[in-house]
Amino acid sequence: MSGRVALAALLLAAAPAGASASEPAAVDPALGTTPLADPALEAKAMRLMHELRCLTCQNQSIADSNADQAEAMRALVRSRIAAGEAPEAVRADLVARYGDWVSFRPALRTDTLALWAVPALALLAGGLVARRLFR
Amino acid sequence: MPLTRLLPLVALLALGVFLALNLGRPQQATIRSAMVGKPVPAFALPGLGDRPGLASADLAGGEGPVLVNFFASWCLPCRVEAPQLKALAEAGIPIHGIALRDAPADIAAFLARHGDPFVRIGRDEQGQVAIAFGSSGVPETFLIDRRGIIRLQHQGEIRPEHVAEILAEARRWR
Repeated sequence: MSGRVALAALLLAAAPAGASASEPAAVDPALGTTPLADPALEAKAMRLMHELRCLTCQNQSIADSNADQAEAMRALVRSRIAAGEAPEAVRADLVARYGDWVSFRPALRTDTLALWAVPALALLAGGLVARRLFR
Repeated sequence: MPLTRLLPLVALLALGVFLALNLGRPQQATIRSAMVGKPVPAFALPGLGDRPGLASADLAGGEGPVLVNFFASWCLPCRVEAPQLKALAEAGIPIHGIALRDAPADIAAFLARHGDPFVRIGRDEQGQVAIAFGSSGVPETFLIDRRGIIRLQHQGEIRPEHVAEILAEARRWR
């Protein structure tokens, strides 16, 4: 583990300074494959990466996928979390580009109410059936 | 009474049939970009060799709409659409290329072999501009009107039958 952190520090130091200055967000490509040096920030980034969907290898999270685009998305998430951005802001930005599909955690809105209500209703119905059967 | 007692069993069977039918269905949805109808994201990419690069500022303010084509030398369908890109360029629509995760020498070889319809080329080495566009792979082509709004996303290769559709959309967003 300390070896990985050391490697991350080395890669961060080796990344050319200002190479991505012209891009919309300063994304460090090395962060697609190396964790952040700060364990608390890495845990924060990891939680979000497990809830973002890979575009090319669907139904895998970007944390679990080896696809190039998942790597680019990990670099984006880690770079922006490291820059102090809130995980929900990063998620919202990706949803603005790819739609709800990209997030494994659906937003709670009026048009997604049924999605959130069905498990609770099913549990309630199951409970009622069980009560009638076993009373 | 037996009818109500059978109800849970019937519900369970219905659920089983529903799940069995849907599990057998391949789940590879095409993810459309949510950027259609929105302004093109801000970006600036380096060019190929001594050619100028491509920035978001190059896409708006022209005489009409432009196309932005995401391609790569390692992408087989990108070869298939080369003649269609040529046809679109000859019809008068400026086409800019964004080479995704590709080495300059490979891009140059690809263009030499399959034709170079591009006014400008940007190299998206890290794939971050593709993410900014909401693109999920190559080839993909975006139509951008002269106010800089993304009007169309074409996913996959442009086949001969798509050329007329894209020209019609380009006229619509003139």
